[in-house]
Amino acid sequence: MGRLEVLCVPWKTGSNEMGGQMSETVEATPATDTAMPAAGAVVSARDLTRRYGEGDTAVDALRGISLDVPKGQLTAVMGPSGSGKSTLMHILAGLDKPTSGEVTIAGTEISKLNDSDLTKLRREHIGFIFQFFNLLPMLTAEENVLLPLSIAGEKPDKAWVDELIDKIGLADRRKHRPSELSGGQQQRVAIGRALVSRPSIVFADEPTGNLDSKTSGEILELLERSVQELEQTIVMVTHESRAAAIAHRVLFLADGVIVRESKDISAQDIVAAMDELGGS
Amino acid sequence: MTKFALKALLGRKLRTALTAFAIVLGVATVSGTYVLTDSIDKAFGSIFTDSRKGSDAVISGKSAFKLGSGTGVTAPAFDQGLLQEVRALPAVAVADGSVNGEAQLIGKDGKAIVYGGAPNLGFSIARGASPFNPLSLVQGSWPKRNEVVVDKSTAHKEHFTIGQTIRVQAVGPVQQLRLSGIVKFGSVGTIGGATLAGFDLPTAQGLFAKRGKLDEIAVASKSSVPTAQLLAEIRRILPKDTQVRTGQAQAHEDSKDTNAFISFLQKFLLGFAGVALFVGSFVIANSLSITIAQRTRELATLRTLGASRRQVLRSIILEALVMGIFAAIVGLFAGLALAKGLFKLFDVVGFTLPNNGLTLETRTVVVSLAVGIIVTLLASLRPAMRATRVPPIAAVREGATLPESRFARYRSIASVLLAALGFGALLWGLFAPGLGTAGVLLFMLGGALLVFFGIALLSVRLVPPLAGALGWPATKIGGSAGVLARENAQRNPQRTASTASALMIGLALVTLVSILAAGIITSFRGSVDKIWKNADYAITAQNNFSPIPVAAANAVAKAPGVIAVGDVRAGETQAFGKTINTTAVNPATSRMFNLDWKVGSGAVLATLGADGAFVDKGYAKSHGLGVGSPVPLTFPDGSRELFYVKGIFDPPTGGSPFGSVTISAASFDRHIQLPENLYSFVLMKGGQTSANAAALDRTLSSFPNAKVATRQKFIDNQISGLKSVLNILYVLLALSVVVSLFGIVNTLVLTVFERTREIGMLRAIGMTRRQVRRMVRHESVITALIGAAIGIALGIVLASLLIARVDFIVLSIPVGQLIIFGIAAIFVGILAAIFPARRAARLNVLRALQYE
Repeated sequence: MGRLEVLCVPWKTGSNEMGGQMSETVEATPATDTAMPAAGAVVSARDLTRRYGEGDTAVDALRGISLDVPKGQLTAVMGPSGSGKSTLMHILAGLDKPTSGEVTIAGTEISKLNDSDLTKLRREHIGFIFQFFNLLPMLTAEENVLLPLSIAGEKPDKAWVDELIDKIGLADRRKHRPSELSGGQQQRVAIGRALVSRPSIVFADEPTGNLDSKTSGEILELLERSVQELEQTIVMVTHESRAAAIAHRVLFLADGVIVRESKDISAQDIVAAMDELGGS
Repeated sequence: MTKFALKALLGRKLRTALTAFAIVLGVATVSGTYVLTDSIDKAFGSIFTDSRKGSDAVISGKSAFKLGSGTGVTAPAFDQGLLQEVRALPAVAVADGSVNGEAQLIGKDGKAIVYGGAPNLGFSIARGASPFNPLSLVQGSWPKRNEVVVDKSTAHKEHFTIGQTIRVQAVGPVQQLRLSGIVKFGSVGTIGGATLAGFDLPTAQGLFAKRGKLDEIAVASKSSVPTAQLLAEIRRILPKDTQVRTGQAQAHEDSKDTNAFISFLQKFLLGFAGVALFVGSFVIANSLSITIAQRTRELATLRTLGASRRQVLRSIILEALVMGIFAAIVGLFAGLALAKGLFKLFDVVGFTLPNNGLTLETRTVVVSLAVGIIVTLLASLRPAMRATRVPPIAAVREGATLPESRFARYRSIASVLLAALGFGALLWGLFAPGLGTAGVLLFMLGGALLVFFGIALLSVRLVPPLAGALGWPATKIGGSAGVLARENAQRNPQRTASTASALMIGLALVTLVSILAAGIITSFRGSVDKIWKNADYAITAQNNFSPIPVAAANAVAKAPGVIAVGDVRAGETQAFGKTINTTAVNPATSRMFNLDWKVGSGAVLATLGADGAFVDKGYAKSHGLGVGSPVPLTFPDGSRELFYVKGIFDPPTGGSPFGSVTISAASFDRHIQLPENLYSFVLMKGGQTSANAAALDRTLSSFPNAKVATRQKFIDNQISGLKSVLNILYVLLALSVVVSLFGIVNTLVLTVFERTREIGMLRAIGMTRRQVRRMVRHESVITALIGAAIGIALGIVLASLLIARVDFIVLSIPVGQLIIFGIAAIFVGILAAIFPARRAARLNVLRALQYE
């Protein structure tokens, strides 16, 4: 679909026309009105802004974002390049600090935490899945999965680890090193690593961005299952409509603000919505 | 996390090995030094113990004061009548007397047999069965009148056979002796390059001009008599000029000089080990820094998984610890090999050392391991601190860079301050009055360390301009590869600076040494040229420094064409409560020497007479001496005499052959038992002609240990010893250059690894393998040249400071040598690049581009 067409068609109607099935579309604004985090939210953000640089060259990556991530749900953040979706995730995960605003993870306001408290928070509550897997090449698949526990100095629960490794489908690849695994298998290891400490929230940064479409499907299915079967809360940043389609809720970002929030939206509708936003 | 740290090391075997190698070499030097010196110590120890075996007490001649070794004067011998008295003592079971001295064996080619600077020991053997005899016969029989036995190794090297006639020279002219046997000394395999010649007592007394005299009496007591009683009995009959010690005490006394030498050698070598370790620590710190920069994402991932800063710090330090342990252990054993190499090295340059097998003491193990591990840990601190600054967000951001330390902006100021402080300490150490030797050394050492640190830190600023200038030729010869090489050298100045700094230290020291040596040589040459006025030839020992018997000069005086022979004798005396170097001259020297007289004239040399003396300016000043002042001299035999100052001279910068006080040869000979000449100078009819040289050679053929030299040859001979020392210094400093070479290899390997994708791209757009190699090589050479440029400049500055303080050396820059050092640096660069360049060129283009 060409860009001109997108400009001609208002995005609401566009999505309705394109969408094969109806999806609930909510304006993003209601969430921002509540000053307090919603009850049951694992991660909450209020009035986040993030400015890079100073003076004339300053860029506002986030310009007032508020959101709540409910427990046990998969929330996708979408938006064109430069929309601020990565920045948002970095700030939600405590990797970056907002210029203003607050982030609460599992009841703790994190923007004022020092490095060691943040470290503790990460150990207890946060798991990460990266676009480039970020496995440690010298450790085996199993060792990579167990790494967060070993860092935290915790003894792994063997039954849980076996179950997890079974779930991620790497029971026969435990002793392999990342270099001996395919991309999809490596991302499975990374998912196992993110889930092993049963964190309050997992942040996935373009988890299928570096995989072919078949493998992407398998990884998405694994993520979906981890939400369904393990009640894992996940926030996923992606620019792939297919990936976002597995989410309970999709937040659309453009120019540093949430412009739309959709629940249980289909891939086609997402494509349409993204076209509206002027990117893929 | 422990597992992670260990696996991180194993996952980078090549890099770890390359990094560790820098420390391996340093530790090897430490352990090699200890092994070497302990082995020598043990070998000497058993030599001295063996040579006193069976002796409960030893009676020896006593000098009036403690004599230094190798000054040509030994304790006076005593009358052999004492032996009968000792034998008659009730406590004494056996007593044997002996004499000893330098005995020169002469080879079949008519030349003296000298191995390195080792002594040529001659001694009497009372009888083969004597309990005091440390020798055992390998072949033949013990010597009788006019016979000699020699040690196995010398006999073997010179192809001596029993029954043949060997020429031997001690004090007088050469004697012909029959070889009666071949002997072995105690349990020691080799006694260094020393040659042994044993004679019966009368023959030895003849050779050493000690007729009717003895140097020592070895005594064994009756089995029931305690040593104390034996000593007491001996003391009752002991004449004034003798002393008695227990066998053990005598062995200890014998070993004093060697112990001092070994202890000096140990400190000397440890100094170089310290330099190698210091350079090694730079290499380690740099390699770890680069590795950590490359592991930014990995470390950041660990942080996102909940690793704390402390855990990151710990894991890096743990890596360093394991590497340090590994390197220290390898270094410890490499030290054994190095010790062997050092034995060979000393052998080659002429200091053959006794060797009775290598000794590995517990102390060696402990110190080597501790030093290796501690240096590695210290070097890892800064990189480890850097690693803790890796932010978790670097796990998700491409090309994330490390945030600068809070103190980064003070770095330039701090490095300038550090260097300034270092120079301050150096200057203070050099010029501040009243510092003891230890204080001077401490300030200079500390100052030098600070200077090196400061300059190393400061060199970050020097890299861009230096790389620009030194890389210019590369851009001309190397084409685009050269241009890229220069850019590469400039793009991470910190890295280039650290890599170059390691080489900088080595080259600064090499430059310092070469300038000091050039200064000493120039000064010495200047002095000889100035003092040596009229003489045509000089006569010295074959090894250029041993004293030669007076008989040689006396023989030369009778040679055809000789107008005059000027002798310079040397020995130790005591004056004003201090032992001083004293020289003596005969009147003929007044026709040969040109001295800068402050008081008196050249005629003083000829008119010293029985009680005249001349002194140098410094000595006159410090003791308030003027013409007519009395100088009381005490000689080793205890005799005392007053001499009166007749002249004061100002020695040239490079020193003079004269001691603090010089008297006439005639007076000297009155008090010294066996006077010997340090040098003799010869004035001949017709000057330097081949006929004259031949005449002198002919005369000296009966004094194989003496040789004739023209002025030029004399200078060359005298500085050849210095050149040997210089060569040892260069070899030892080369060790630190090798360490820095590994630093360059390491940096390049890591850099190539880091630029895999970039190199793949260059290859993809048409760069040939050859060009890739050239690019890496040029970068290496530029880095090495930066190190050389800063190092040579720093070396010149340091040498100038030192020479400004030391008044007997003039500053003389050996330009040719410095250029050679620069060229050597280029070779170091080329050598260091071989392996990394091949790796870079071998990269598969496709895989390099896919590399993630």
